[in-house]
Amino acid sequence: MIRQNETPTKVKSMQDYLNPRVRDIPPSGIRKFFDLAVASKDVISLGVGEPDFITPWHVREASVYGLEQGKTTYTPNAGLPELRELIGEYLYNSFHVRYEPSNQIIITVGGSEAIDLALRALVAPGDEVLLHEPTFVAYSPIISITGGRTVPIETFAKDNFKLTPESLKAHLTPKSKVLILGFPNNPTGGVMTYEDWLPIAKIVEEHDLLVITDEIYAELTYGQKHTSFASLPGMQDRTVLISGFSKAFAMTGWRLGYACGHPDIIAAMLKVHQYTIMCASHMAQLAGIEALKNGMEEKDRMVESYNQRRRLVVKGFRDIGLECHEPMGAFYAFPSIASTGLSSEQFAQRLLVEGKVAAVPGNVFGLGGEGFIRCSYATSVAQLTEALERIGKFVQKIRTF
Amino acid sequence: MNELKLKILELLREDARYDAALISTMLGVPEAEIAAAIRELEEDRTIVKYATVINWSKIDDEKVTALIEVQITPERGRGFDALAERIYLFPEVKSVFLMSGAYDLLVEIEGKSLKEVAGFVSTKLSTLDSVISTKTHFILKKYKQDGIIFEEHEGDHRLPISP
Repeated sequence: MIRQNETPTKVKSMQDYLNPRVRDIPPSGIRKFFDLAVASKDVISLGVGEPDFITPWHVREASVYGLEQGKTTYTPNAGLPELRELIGEYLYNSFHVRYEPSNQIIITVGGSEAIDLALRALVAPGDEVLLHEPTFVAYSPIISITGGRTVPIETFAKDNFKLTPESLKAHLTPKSKVLILGFPNNPTGGVMTYEDWLPIAKIVEEHDLLVITDEIYAELTYGQKHTSFASLPGMQDRTVLISGFSKAFAMTGWRLGYACGHPDIIAAMLKVHQYTIMCASHMAQLAGIEALKNGMEEKDRMVESYNQRRRLVVKGFRDIGLECHEPMGAFYAFPSIASTGLSSEQFAQRLLVEGKVAAVPGNVFGLGGEGFIRCSYATSVAQLTEALERIGKFVQKIRTF
Repeated sequence: MNELKLKILELLREDARYDAALISTMLGVPEAEIAAAIRELEEDRTIVKYATVINWSKIDDEKVTALIEVQITPERGRGFDALAERIYLFPEVKSVFLMSGAYDLLVEIEGKSLKEVAGFVSTKLSTLDSVISTKTHFILKKYKQDGIIFEEHEGDHRLPISP
């Protein structure tokens, strides 16, 4: 009880109670821009990181049928055995990597949970995690939560945003433990070929690194087949392969992903998974089974459509006079806006307000993203054509002043 | 049919307003090649016409559409073709299909009113010599036509910005 004239003890700010590793994560640049975009009207959005297709009906129907049959229970922690079997077959047939469904594959709530599990299973405080940037926004904050330290490695448009062996070598220290690879890349659309991977694999072996490879866009490559890092000689046991159904099968809202790797790593990931998530949702897993069994034709049709729109957008930016490297994967173009003299944020904000087009400023994706904007071409041809016209007018206006 | 032509046809079916320049960019093939392929497809009547799919229920001046099952006696030497031709030449007839199963021709009729369609069936179609019987089904509502869903309930529900 506080008596009169007695100074009360200073109450701590609620912020002081928070776990510093969480508290000190900077707010997401995407979130900030999202709020601005939501408040704007009549805007065409190229800011969306997901397919514009709706999950094919047969996949949705399989899930509905499962519900009708009362399949509403928990599944095994690692996921339905049939789904794991199918993923094993799919990875072998598509990317020539063989995983044992019983102890090398775990079904997760989206690729995002798989990334979290892999980092939590592998990274201890003080470990350094090598990360090429620009890249997907979630890796670095999760590394911070584990107590690990992100070591960003810049990639460049002149290299088509590939990770080069020279730059990887230059960032190695005795504390380097994990290398994260996100190819095909969000936001750049960069891909790595078998030849690009070989010298990287050599460094990984020489320096005894572990690898987390996020292959969520593996099906979305143009003019070449995706090469999984895990398929390189000697790399499978060092690699946690992460993928999911979101991009290839237009299933973002289902939150269905998976991770594959050495049984010891998967067992460690499973420990975290079973105490936090328990299992991925039963109905989403039923949809995943249907997608893998009967969804390949539909997937090919969607990829063909992305490819057509990719060409349209890249040409559009070049015609406008914005340099744009050719993205060979995912569904993003990453044009340079450096020639306009504006920063990424300035450009994106003014484009949103004055040009009525939402694109994501490149700097939110980390080192090397400044001077670029990310434009998703997962939207209709009509919208893309209109958006390019608006961007063209906006750029012309900036250059005139 | 080569692969390029098939891709062109798929794009034109998606939107007949796509021009050769746009298709050229989307397929990564020179514009002249696309224009030549389209010309060939038009000349050999693979592309019969560039049409518009209209949801007439949006217009006050509604049309009445009926599907009529027609049983006929095939003609010696020309099978079903002669009568099919006699039927499809009527302007009221929108489509005619030769069918397997319980009847021979499926005829789609469009008219301004129920009375008009009924009149056509009773005075023009049923009275043709080779017609044995007709069964008329009026279309109450069109949900999907030529692959296009009329009342789009699966719009774009995505957030404007996402990672």
